[in-house]
Order: sequence, then structure tokens, then C-alpha cells
Amino acid sequence: MKVLVPVKRVIDYNIKPRVKADGTGVETAGVKMSMNPFDEIAVEEAVRLKEKGVATEIVVVSIGEAKSQDTLRTAMAMGADRSILVETDSVTEPLAVAKVLKALVDKEKPDLVILGKQAIDDDMNATGQMLAGLLGWPQGTFASKVELHDGKATVTREIDGGLQTVELALPAIVTADLRLNEPRYASLPNIMKARKKPMEKITPADVGVDMTPRLSIVSVAEPTGRKAGIKVGSAAELVAKLRNEAKVI
Amino acid sequence: MTVLVLLDHEAGAIRQASRSAITAASKLGDVDVLVVGRNAADAADAAAKLPGVKKVLSAADTTSADELAEPVAALLVSLADGYSHILGGSSANSKNILPRAAALLDVQPIPDVVEIIDADTFVRPIYAGSALATVKSSDAKKVLTVRASAFDPVATEGGSAPVESVATPAGEDTSKFIGTELSQSERPELESARVVVSGGRGMQNEENFKLLEPLADRLGAAIGASRAAVDAGFVPNDYQVGQTGKIVAPELYIAMGISGAIQHLAGMKDSKVIVAVNKDPEAPIFQIADYALVGDLFEVLPALEAELDKAG
Repeated sequence: MKVLVPVKRVIDYNIKPRVKADGTGVETAGVKMSMNPFDEIAVEEAVRLKEKGVATEIVVVSIGEAKSQDTLRTAMAMGADRSILVETDSVTEPLAVAKVLKALVDKEKPDLVILGKQAIDDDMNATGQMLAGLLGWPQGTFASKVELHDGKATVTREIDGGLQTVELALPAIVTADLRLNEPRYASLPNIMKARKKPMEKITPADVGVDMTPRLSIVSVAEPTGRKAGIKVGSAAELVAKLRNEAKVI
Repeated sequence: MTVLVLLDHEAGAIRQASRSAITAASKLGDVDVLVVGRNAADAADAAAKLPGVKKVLSAADTTSADELAEPVAALLVSLADGYSHILGGSSANSKNILPRAAALLDVQPIPDVVEIIDADTFVRPIYAGSALATVKSSDAKKVLTVRASAFDPVATEGGSAPVESVATPAGEDTSKFIGTELSQSERPELESARVVVSGGRGMQNEENFKLLEPLADRLGAAIGASRAAVDAGFVPNDYQVGQTGKIVAPELYIAMGISGAIQHLAGMKDSKVIVAVNKDPEAPIFQIADYALVGDLFEVLPALEAELDKAG
């Protein structure tokens, strides 16, 4: 079976983002970029399915600026077989991204699409659900465990009160939560090999999708920061402050 | 304008995050609410009593009994015509269902709204709360989730709205509910607790993590955790506070052995009073703590309990 994994290039999760002085967005020029951590987990899950002999081909897709090909190379170094770059300088809102992905799913006909549950830049947590809706496929979101058997996927999901298990008829959408797996680091030989793996380049227009965002950014601002408070020397002093000064206990 | 709010409920009681969503929805127009699932009838009775609710729509049929995204999204789409906005609290349930419904309506959803400027314009955190984006939607209909910590919940009593039955469209049968494994706890819910005691990697192991319980008992607190503590297996996933876990804003947040990665701070920095205990004086959590205690938490914990037991 074929697995499709969309990946996004975002500011590295260890970098503290800085708001641009003109309030139009967050500074990305000269900032270290990496694959969205949840997407790494999605790629890893697909690679493990291939290692188990369940998946036969892994196709990774990225929608974004030309440099997103670095992210695709990383995914191929982890074990994906080939990649598709959908190049655009436009803002990548989940609705438009889901439309592009739907067009690629219609063409590639995967049995399973695994996505990260959310991108750590816009924190939308929407693309997987939206793609599932557009395709009319079942969805297993926030997955911490995925098992495939007899044309079905059994997905354990992280929900507010604990865990929920659902069974989905394939083809289906899965979105990866943090505890699905621990992604591997690509080895140097695999990084070299990934350079020779195929990368197809298209644009959103090639699949008939208009990327015009539905949300316009009015402004982006720093949140009002909290200041460091005071140091207390002992448990006794802390309890006294909480009782008499903060009055919260 | 009339707004439809999808309510989360547990055993027929409406969850606090959903009552906050009603407060947010009231800023936009008249509020109808939708309850679905196995206890929909009880939940509909509870929803009818919420102040500010104009009408309760109740889907008690078997098609949406398990509250799976596929049938519930289809139900929302079938009801969407009369509504300018469709809302939910920022819960796992809403985040599972509402984006799917939005796609079917050709709408870009607006998640985690913390402020409503007008009917089209909303403020939401991005980059784990490192920035606040004000966005204006050009969609005719809006689909949004709202952060419970940003809107006070409506009371549980005071209203008397009529209840109307609605039917879930048939045909969404590609997913099947198998079961749940819910954490059992007598403690308050993390998102609605007045006090939260959270532990991090500094708790060292699952056994030590339990040492937070006596402190939480004395304070009537919910227990939370950092991602590091959850990943290390000290506690289950639903304890996680942070960017991808629960967002809390209690009166008092006590962070024990949590270093304070931005992903964790994103989930608790709106707490009224923050206490941090950490043996590392350079821990980033101290930069946002109101009260910082540098020390070994295994010594601090019993001392805190002893102090709390003294008459205050």
C-alpha cells in the first residue's frame, strides 16, 4: 500500500520566534528552519510501516517556498521514497493546503495519509481534518498508536479525558500526536542517498487551487509579557506570601 | 445574527470550556447550542438551563452516539444554513470535528480565539503563544474554537431554552468507535481547577510524581504535567499542560521541577499567580514566576505541606 505524508517547513522548535517590528508577522529571515516536529513523527510512522512490510511506497509532499525542498530531502533521508514540492510564496492556510493535498491524493491514490496533528508556526491543528472532510474519508486525529489490518486502521487517539480507540476503513487520514513514536535521525549515507531520490515540482495552479488566504493578518504583536517576581527563601515564606500577599490560598 | 455552539458534555453535564464558548458566542449574536451523543437528552436538559442560550438542538440518534467527527461534522453542515458563526470550546472534541465541518463548508477555521474584536475579526495566539495574531476572515460563515481561559464561563443555572430534536444525516459509516480508556480521578478538571499543581522531569519517576498528591489534596488542586514528564511515562497524556496539551489559567499554578520550555509556558502563562520550585536557579520558568523558590523539591514538598497544615 502507498502512504502519503505532507510535511511543512517551520521555524525550528528550539528558536524563540521574534515579532517583526512593523507588526506584520514573525521574522523568518536568517532564522533556523526545520521540519515541523509533528510531521517528523508522521514520516517516522510511515517509514516504520514500510519496514514492517505493510507500506510499499512513501510519498512526501510539501507546500511552500522553494526551500521546502530541504524538508522533503530530510523526509527522504528518513526513508521516504519520493517527493512532490508544490511551490508557492503564498501564505499556506489549512483550507488551501487541504485542497492541494486532495488533488494529489486523487492522483496518487494512497491508502493512508499521515499528517502531523498541527504545525508549530500557525498552531492551526486543522489540515488533516479538513483533508479528510474534502475526501469524505474517515479520520483518526491526535494518534498515539496506529495498527493496520484487513483494510482497516485501528487508531488510539489522545483526547481530553484520556485515550479513545476508533477503527477506520481504509483509505483514511491519521494525524500524529507526540507519543506516536520517536523519529529517527537520518544517517549520513541516507542523507547522501536522499539527494538522488526523485522530487517532482509543481505549483498550486497546476492542480487548480487558488491559494488566496481567507484570513488577512491585521497585525501580529508580542503578548504582554509576565515579569519575573520575587525569590522566596523557604516554604514558610512562600506559604505566607500566598496567604497574605497574593491571597490565593 | 445567530451563532451555533457545539457543546462538550460528560455524563450529561456541560463541560466548563463549552460554557466559556457560550460567553464568547454571546458577543456575536443570539446563541443556539447543539448537543450530540449517548447522553444527549441529559445534556440537552443541562444546556437548556444555561443563561444566554436561545435554543437547544439535540441529536440523540445512534448515528452520532459516539460523537465521531464524520457524522457530527455532517450534522453541523446540515444545520449551518441559519448561522453566521459555528463555535466550540478549544477541546480535543471541537478540534477533531470543527475543521472537518469547516472544510465541507469551504471555510478556513479560526482556532483558539482569545479575543473577539468584531464579527469578522479575532485575536489568536501563534507560535505557542510567542505572538498574538489579529486576523480578519473574508469567509461568509465563520468556524472558530475559543480558548476557555479567555472567556468566563456562563453559570450552570438561570436559563430556560426550548429543546428541539435534530437528526444526524446517515451515510458516514467509515469509522467505528471501539472504546475509551479514561483517567479516573476525584480531582477537579485541569482546565477548570482553581489551583493546579504540575510536575516536570524534576519529579524523576512515576513513584515520585505521586508525591504531588498530598500537596494537591491540601489545595483542592488538579494535577498537571510538562511534556517531559508525560513522555517519560510518569503520568498519562491527559495531564499535559502546554502548546499541544491543555491550556490552563488557574488562580494559582505551582510548577514543581519544571524547567519552563516555551511549549509548556504556552499552556499556563495566563495563570493569575505562578509559583515555581526548581533546583536550577537559571530555569526559564523563573522568568515568569511570581514566586520563585530555588531548592530541592523533595525537601520543599514536605515543608510546604507542613506549612499549609498550620492554621492560616
